[in-house]
Amino acid sequence: MTDGRLDTGVAAGRLSAEDYAENFADLHPPLDRHEAVVAADRCYFCYDAPCVTACPTGIDIPLFIRQIATGNTTGSAKTIFDQNILGGMCARVCPTETLCEQACVREKAEGKPVVIGRLQRYATDAAMTAGKQFYERAAPSGKLVAVVGAGPAGLACAHRLAMHGHDVTVFDARPKAGGLNEYGIAAYKTVDGYAQAEVDYVTAIGGIAVEPGKALGRDLSLAGLCTSYDAVFLGMGLGGVNALGVEGDDSEGVIDAVEYIAALRQASDLATLPVGRRVVVLGGGMTAIDVAVQAKLLGAEEVTICYRRGKDNMNASEYEQDLATSKGVAIRHWLQPKRILAQSGKVTGIQLEYTTMSDGRLTGTGESLTLGADQVFRAIGQSYVTEPLEGGPSVALEGGRIKVDGEGRTSIAKVWAGGDCVAGGDDLTVSAVAMGRDAAESIHKSFNTRSGA
Amino acid sequence: MADIRSNFIGIKSPNPFWLASAPPTDKEYNVVRAFKAGWGGVVWKTLGLDPHIVNVNGPRYGAVWGADRRLLGLNNIELITDRPLQVNLDEIKRVKRDWPDRAVVVSLMVPCEEACWTDIMKQVDDTGADGVELNFGCPHGMSERGMGSAVGQVPEYIEMVTRWVKASTRMPVIVKLTPNITDIRYPARAAHKGGADAVSLINTVSSITSVNLDTFSPEPSIDGKGSHGGYCGPAVKPIALNMVADIARDAETRGLPISGIGGITTWRDAAEFMALGAGNVQVCTAAMTYGFKIVQEMIEGLKNWMDEAGHPDLDAFVGRAVPNVTDWQYLNLNYVAKARIDQDSCIQCGRCHIACEDTSHQAITNMVDGQRRFEVIDEECVGCNLCVNVCPVENCITMVPMAAGAVDPRTGRVVTDDYANWTTHPNNPARVAAE
Ligand SMILES: Cc1cc2nc3c(=O)[nH]c(=O)nc-3n(C[C@H](O)[C@H](O)[C@H](O)COP(=O)(O)OP(=O)(O)OC[C@H]3O[C@@H](n4cnc5c(N)ncnc54)[C@H](O)[C@@H]3O)c2cc1C
Ligand SMILES: Cc1cc2nc3c(=O)[nH]c(=O)nc-3n(C[C@H](O)[C@H](O)[C@H](O)COP(=O)(O)O)c2cc1C
Ligand code: SF4
Ligand code: SF4
Ligand code: SF4
Repeated sequence: MTDGRLDTGVAAGRLSAEDYAENFADLHPPLDRHEAVVAADRCYFCYDAPCVTACPTGIDIPLFIRQIATGNTTGSAKTIFDQNILGGMCARVCPTETLCEQACVREKAEGKPVVIGRLQRYATDAAMTAGKQFYERAAPSGKLVAVVGAGPAGLACAHRLAMHGHDVTVFDARPKAGGLNEYGIAAYKTVDGYAQAEVDYVTAIGGIAVEPGKALGRDLSLAGLCTSYDAVFLGMGLGGVNALGVEGDDSEGVIDAVEYIAALRQASDLATLPVGRRVVVLGGGMTAIDVAVQAKLLGAEEVTICYRRGKDNMNASEYEQDLATSKGVAIRHWLQPKRILAQSGKVTGIQLEYTTMSDGRLTGTGESLTLGADQVFRAIGQSYVTEPLEGGPSVALEGGRIKVDGEGRTSIAKVWAGGDCVAGGDDLTVSAVAMGRDAAESIHKSFNTRSGA
Repeated sequence: MADIRSNFIGIKSPNPFWLASAPPTDKEYNVVRAFKAGWGGVVWKTLGLDPHIVNVNGPRYGAVWGADRRLLGLNNIELITDRPLQVNLDEIKRVKRDWPDRAVVVSLMVPCEEACWTDIMKQVDDTGADGVELNFGCPHGMSERGMGSAVGQVPEYIEMVTRWVKASTRMPVIVKLTPNITDIRYPARAAHKGGADAVSLINTVSSITSVNLDTFSPEPSIDGKGSHGGYCGPAVKPIALNMVADIARDAETRGLPISGIGGITTWRDAAEFMALGAGNVQVCTAAMTYGFKIVQEMIEGLKNWMDEAGHPDLDAFVGRAVPNVTDWQYLNLNYVAKARIDQDSCIQCGRCHIACEDTSHQAITNMVDGQRRFEVIDEECVGCNLCVNVCPVENCITMVPMAAGAVDPRTGRVVTDDYANWTTHPNNPARVAAE
């Protein structure tokens, strides 16, 4: 135990090097071969399996699991990648408890689903470690496609387009490709530089040029892309975060959770990352859980998530909530921020008001509570930013995000979109992959119909 | 408490669980441990003439496993005892003297010459053992030398050797049969004719457990080559049960005592063998998998079941299932059953549907009114039981007999209580005309 643990205020280096290493190790260690075979044997090889329907990318789950059971791990990985080229990351980050594993008939039968996510990791890890590439590019089509955003949506789209023989350039504003896989996902879900390894694995098919540090709206324009490329895919994710809008929210120590996590993911030494001794997190989604857990793992003494509605309204799954509480995070419900308390511009606490539902609306009760805090994380949602598309052809929005049809087509010809930046999604990695892949198929189809016509 | 003391052809043991002739009964050390653990008796590892045989110095076993490495079947290429005859005889004598209440039976395998047999019988007699078992069963190694299953496959040899042995001993004689024949009744009848007091079965089934796809050697591999072995363990139980039943209900061998062997792992397995006519049972692979302690579960489990079922002693249930084993031609063709799915326990895996749809009678739905739902279509269901067997949920699908008077929607015929079998069926060219 180092003394840093008890340093007051916001401080770096609260823990020993061993503690950091242990705290940020793989959340679920990989299955070994025997564990995988035993876990695979639990799958009933269902007919028209409900787990497949529940997977946004529609992986043939009974087949890939059977392939593990029979010792055909390579074939298993291919079954997964056929539907989801980012199957390795999805295996780590999918909230399986609300997706495939929730639908598993063994969940219904005995409350213990087949561990689909962990099996998916077993197979994809094996193939990636062996450097096994399954896809060859079709003959060059001569078509050029621009993909904006190298997150899961953009990468899935690029891979599928490259497979069909098209040449793809992926632009990303950030210095590294991967999107939130690289900058957002909790560190203990994707250890050992997995996000970059996966980007390399995906782009190894060829025909994909990644151009980091190129932002749409700054270095590129949609109009320009539409002239230089045969099609454009927009996968820019959500660039903005919702503001608190309460007194004192500009104090030092009030931090955007997504930005903080990005810094954490990029830190070469976690000991350099300052964290409060008493931390309050505002929000109820995956981001709130992730920042709270990671603050705790960085050595914060007290971490409290305050959410303005009840447990059942939280976007974070029950599993995620249990994970947080198991790490010592307190979750409090029915509390909304009223005022940030500060001294000489630095956060000292937060005043919250109790809330309740009246007539179907959330209202404050007037009663309030004060929590002392050195750090307050804002995790109350991200938003789509419109600036990059401003001034060009106007892309129709819906509910503040890009409007697309079932194939990912936007309101303007030659432009598709997918992932978090489009309306109607569920803001999950796996859904972004599905949308990117389907948009690629739609783009490919449009080339064929146009050239065939 | 049920009385499970056993008296098998005059050989008494505190329970019907014997260890079969195999490594667990190879020497005094093992046998004493077995008796301490509670085994009722042993059949000593098969003795042969000196100079004693030798075993391979590499792997003797191959196996078939379930997913969690549960041993489902074991295969071996071990021969009979590889210790000098006198060493074994001395140990047998000591063990019998020290453990008078346990059964000690000596397994034997010598060349097919009368002198060899009468000679070894005299020596075994001197040990005070309770009986002998003639090993006409081992399918590997010894059979190449004209012993083991090479004898067991020729009924005339069985009869001849049994006669020699019977004539030369005071002890009861058990003849151990090989399953590697087409009809087990022939060797059993031969043993019976030769004067055997009992038969024991099965010995191991000739087998190759697997092939190594890197070296292309069968397993177990001895320096890149393999030889067929003998298969035993849970996988062989159904084969053994059928053979026991065949002998139990054969007109010529009916009443001939049987010692049941083959895949017995639990008290329930033992009870099933005994219900089909075995007077006691012998166990090998289960002990080799888990150690001798398993006999505790066998003893307690058998007693509890007997108490619950109201069987005061072994005789109360031995052979009780034999009258219910019949030939196909006598099965009641008027008995009509339909599968029924209990929707409350159905977990909607769809296996019943796809099994029936792809491979059988298209008698289970997968959708009803646009909803995923599995229901039996009585118009198509032939009552085959496949769905019951593939359903992962126990008792979720059951076969329900149709009551007399109801109309079978598949055939349109009224179900009747009358018994009618193939022998009188109109489609049978050889039917006996009904009056
Ligand atoms: C903290 C956090 C934790 C999460 N945890 C999980 C989880 O455990 N499981 C899960 O399934 N989902 C999780 N999510 C959601 C998931 O990360 C997203 O749904 C997913 O990454 C969306 O993929 P995307 O490709 O649409 O966008 P992103 O991953 O956001 O990628 C968008 C990319 O576009 C780039 N970009 C943005 N604007 C421009 C521009 N103007 N020009 C060029 N490039 C631009 C960005 O730099 C970025 O690389 C989490 C999200 C957050 C914030
Ligand atoms: C390694 C091994 C060696 C065996 N040796 C003999 C033997 O010497 N004599 C014999 O009669 N049967 C021998 N058997 C056969 C067993 O006695 C028994 O008949 C057979 O294994 C079936 O019973 P189980 O399924 O309980 O193992 C041997 C079996 C094994 C596995
Ligand atoms: S991609 Fe995600 S939802 Fe789909 S099967 Fe894999 S773990 Fe489940
Ligand atoms: S629902 Fe569960 S048991 Fe059925 S196929 Fe999917 S993983 Fe296997
Ligand atoms: S096999 Fe059993 S559990 Fe599965 S759908 Fe059929 S009845 Fe239901």
